[in-house]
Amino acid sequence: MAGVSTVAAGAGGASGAADAGVAAAGASRAAAAAIEVAGLVHVYPEGTRALTGVDLRVAVGESVAIVGQNGSGKTTLVRHLNGLLRPTEGVVHVDGRDVTGERVARLAGFVGLTFQDPDRQIFAGRARAEVAFGPRNLGLRGTALEAAVADALAAVGLADAADVNPYDLGYSRRRLLAIASVLAMRTPIVILDEPTTGQDLRGVALVREIVRGLVAEGRTVLAISHDMRFVAEAFGRVVVMREGRVVLDGTPAEVFAEAAWPALASTWLEPPLAARVGAHLGLGSTPTESALVEALAVRS
Amino acid sequence: MLELRGATYRYAGYARPVLHEVDLALRDGEIVGLVGGTESGKSTICLVASGLAPLSIGGELRGEVRIDGEPTAGLSVHELAQWVVIGFQNPATQRSGVAATVFEEVALGPMNLGLPVAETLARARRALATLRIEHLADRDPARLSGGQGQLVAIAGLLAMGPRHVILDEPTAQLDPEGSNLVAAALRDLAATGAALLVAEQRTDLLDGLCDRVVVVDGGRIVLDGPAAATLEDRRLEDWGVEPPSRVRLARALAARGLPSLAELGWPA
Repeated sequence: MAGVSTVAAGAGGASGAADAGVAAAGASRAAAAAIEVAGLVHVYPEGTRALTGVDLRVAVGESVAIVGQNGSGKTTLVRHLNGLLRPTEGVVHVDGRDVTGERVARLAGFVGLTFQDPDRQIFAGRARAEVAFGPRNLGLRGTALEAAVADALAAVGLADAADVNPYDLGYSRRRLLAIASVLAMRTPIVILDEPTTGQDLRGVALVREIVRGLVAEGRTVLAISHDMRFVAEAFGRVVVMREGRVVLDGTPAEVFAEAAWPALASTWLEPPLAARVGAHLGLGSTPTESALVEALAVRS
Repeated sequence: MLELRGATYRYAGYARPVLHEVDLALRDGEIVGLVGGTESGKSTICLVASGLAPLSIGGELRGEVRIDGEPTAGLSVHELAQWVVIGFQNPATQRSGVAATVFEEVALGPMNLGLPVAETLARARRALATLRIEHLADRDPARLSGGQGQLVAIAGLLAMGPRHVILDEPTAQLDPEGSNLVAAALRDLAATGAALLVAEQRTDLLDGLCDRVVVVDGGRIVLDGPAAATLEDRRLEDWGVEPPSRVRLARALAARGLPSLAELGWPA
């Protein structure tokens, strides 16, 4: 069984990725980088050191889940990728360009980012206008704009709510609307902050389908999540953060393998049930229900 | 005991009610899970049970809410707060906006109940310790991560020493261990005789925590029974509710003709 790459403090994700243990992820990293973060430190004005040295390279077309304890720096990290936050130290490259000095308006064409709290994002009086805001700012007009808006609303199951005031939608549907607003911008990089939170069965299925669709189109998807089953089933790579840095980085099978459990526990995470049952039965790393069922079927 | 009797509720400005004839009794010391799809009426039941609907947000309630046998109609918001507290889905909704530090935010509830200063401080310290967020005490409550904000909001409720507690998706933004800490705090509260109602999408949390689970669909209670049996009900998915991991896994094993979790020696 492949071992997970445990990134030594400060050693950096790029060097960690060279480990033999992350062969699958490593192969894709030969591709062009969508995101390159090196030595990223962020200190908030009141003194909180939210990031203490993050190194992370994400190839074009990768799907990456970012997980970790509350307050481990996940949201702070992704807010550097569209210029909402600027590095205290270190560099951030998006699509090959250093974001330092880039305007948020220009970065918005490359990186779409949803907020954890939709109410910090939503401001329009109609769902349709909310979703149209981003693509219009990127220069879309007329039927192209209408199509982008209609597609995005349909993707999140809100096609019939186009003329509704967003605040007449419940909280979880407002969260889906916030996702639609980002999808409509059709950016090469899409970042979702806790997209399944508060979603019911259908909402989680929609989000899963959205991630799958974006990846199929060759776009790069990052998502912050505390839902380990969703993470294991929907993403090709899992980056684990603790105290402002990356401590684990690999495929779901690697990150949820028994050898990595102590590192997961140190950042208050636990592997999905399927992984725990698989380890108990000596089946190796089975991060998803289907992996566990397959491994059991093979053994019996 | 906290009871809804024949509760039918219509939001202000809406033509039709969103809850219909809801009967729900939460016994002392009982933790009741509330599940249902998006906009099924879970959050509305929470608002009605806490008294905030219609007391604070208006609208029209038919039927009644009783706390320890007494109707709540006619009570003011601050009187009601001594009997039942509510935690919202979005911690930003909960935050007072007047406290400069997390410690002050958590102390605000007991302070508003008019408790002596020493008792107020002791309760705030204890609540922070229970959820292991002492290190956040001096932080600005407006500058926390989503999950940290949620823990602070729950600490604020614990510090009030509530008689009964209503929580609307208390762990939505929490890491798994944070959820476990909240679950342990809720069990401790129930042990003091509080009745708890916990609305959640994450049925894994409810599976180990609740005595009873209630399913709501279209503003009506459609199932009410012991937690384990309710969470294994085949109709859960039709109501938009994801079954717990153990139930999904059990079904996946059965579908392939493989041994059950128990036969495999799980839980270990």
